Amino acid sequence: MDTYSSLRHFADSWGLLAMFLLFLGIVIYVFRPGGKAVHRDSAQIPLRHGDDLAEDEIKDQTKHDANQTTKEGGNEQP
Amino acid sequence: MLDYFKLIVLAIVTLLAAMAANFAHDTAYQIHAIIVVLVSLGLFIYTLRHTNDPPKPANTGYNDGVIRAGVIATCFWGLAGFLVGTYAAFELAYPLLNLDLPWTTFGRVRPLHTSAVIFAFGGNALIATSFYVVQRTCAARLWGGNLAWFVFWGYQLFIVLAATGYLLGVTQSKEYAEPEWYVDIWLTVVWVAYLVVFMGTLIKRKEPHIYVANWFYLSFILTIAMLHIVNNLSMPVSIFGSKSVQLFSGVQDALTQWWYGHNAVGFFLTAGFLGMMYYFVPKQAERPVYSYKLSIIHFWALIFLYIWAGPHHLHYTALPDWAQFLGMTFSIILWMPSWGGMINGLMTVSGAWDKLRTDPVLRMMVVSIGFYGMSTFEGPMMSIRAVNSLSHYTDWTIGHVHSGALGWNGMVTFGALYFLTPRLWGRARLYSLSMVSWHFWLATIGIVLYASSMWVSGIMEGLMWREVDAQGFLVNSFADTVAAKYPYYVVRALGGVFYLTGAIIMCVNLWKTVTSTPEKSRTAAPAAAVAAE
Repeated sequence: MDTYSSLRHFADSWGLLAMFLLFLGIVIYVFRPGGKAVHRDSAQIPLRHGDDLAEDEIKDQTKHDANQTTKEGGNEQP
Repeated sequence: MLDYFKLIVLAIVTLLAAMAANFAHDTAYQIHAIIVVLVSLGLFIYTLRHTNDPPKPANTGYNDGVIRAGVIATCFWGLAGFLVGTYAAFELAYPLLNLDLPWTTFGRVRPLHTSAVIFAFGGNALIATSFYVVQRTCAARLWGGNLAWFVFWGYQLFIVLAATGYLLGVTQSKEYAEPEWYVDIWLTVVWVAYLVVFMGTLIKRKEPHIYVANWFYLSFILTIAMLHIVNNLSMPVSIFGSKSVQLFSGVQDALTQWWYGHNAVGFFLTAGFLGMMYYFVPKQAERPVYSYKLSIIHFWALIFLYIWAGPHHLHYTALPDWAQFLGMTFSIILWMPSWGGMINGLMTVSGAWDKLRTDPVLRMMVVSIGFYGMSTFEGPMMSIRAVNSLSHYTDWTIGHVHSGALGWNGMVTFGALYFLTPRLWGRARLYSLSMVSWHFWLATIGIVLYASSMWVSGIMEGLMWREVDAQGFLVNSFADTVAAKYPYYVVRALGGVFYLTGAIIMCVNLWKTVTSTPEKSRTAAPAAAVAAE
């Protein structure tokens, strides 16, 4: 087979299947049971940081310390 | 040491550009070479005068200077692009307005308008907001020092070369990729620098997780680099001339062009602006995004699907049928993640809907998400072959593009500008909220006039083209359809006037915000923030 036909054949068979499974894997990974706390924390990133880099770093540190003490604190709803 | 290196490079560039101006085969190329000479010579003199200056104290905060410049450039190019668009709209209604001059014909003004609004207004907005967002969500200063300034000014030079080229008649005849080979090469250099600054900042981030807005921005930067390079593969006829010849030909060239063209919509006008939505809507509403999981699925679904949708621009052409159906199918599937993203954006405001009554900036953002939903519904519908046989080549397409561009891209950018300006210049608030409301209503009414007149005009035009009499002869000549469209062209141009007026009000408002609004008090704000926590 010429290059075009073999590539085309690969693209609409195994290539397609591999891409679809990869996408499915990502979706399943997003909905994994342990992901809730991580996602809730990530969603807060824009609200954590303001206009000043120095202040943001201090806030990060205190937040980090707070996390260390409470551990798995699921009460991060605003 | 770096200064000496810069001086050598600038001297060589100036010399080469001067030689190019001397040997130029065409006027446009010569003018462009002279522009490059002036810019590099100016930079040479500037660098020379500042060589061996004592080193400035290192900056430690966020790099906001380049973002301020980006906000100003966004406003400037926005006004220019909207003005040229309104002028082009009036040219269609009143052809006399082309003044019988080559430089002001519709064929040259139109790419000037599209590039000014997409790449100059939209591009500057994307670069500025991406620099703002990546710093604030990584808690890290922009990587690469003055490289960000190179990206900013290099991008402005690209815009100037592209815009002057269009008016002088330089084009490689690829829609949204009109600039010729040397401008393409320059944009590639600037874009790689942009990628390096963005990636560098991500790598040195303090936040462990990369916030989803940055994923959208990064996919926009990477994909545009890939699209730009592949679609602009061409061989210059002469190194001293602006003309080049495409490496692809025929249907391969057409497919490459629309692979580029649709993904420019998908990654420049959608993914990049979704990066804005995922940062500025939560900030303005003061609430986290409705569902972070949904935002990740939104991202990956767009990435996996968008890249296949391009062939829907080539229905009923020489492109093989399987490719046309592939493009159509993926376009229809795209409807789902698009609406998932729209729902995610809208629901972010849930629990704070009352803010829509008091905060016109948030209202603007919410309307922009609404237009995102509407145009991502309309697009898949128009990509269906049977619908496309009516809509293609008509004004319906123009209406669709503008409901997306004016409604979604324009409104979310305005929202971001209203958010950024007081913060970047350290002001307590915007100069006038009622001016924001005026802008909001003028822009919204302008879009409604524009989109509805183009729907009527486009569907009328499509039906007139296919109308046959009992003997099977076409009923209307092409000129009949042009005459019938006149009233809709006038309404469309009026819609443009509304939109432009709103943008002027915004610029006045932002100007007054910087010049005559009290400064934000540095001590009171952090205390309040701490108390709130």
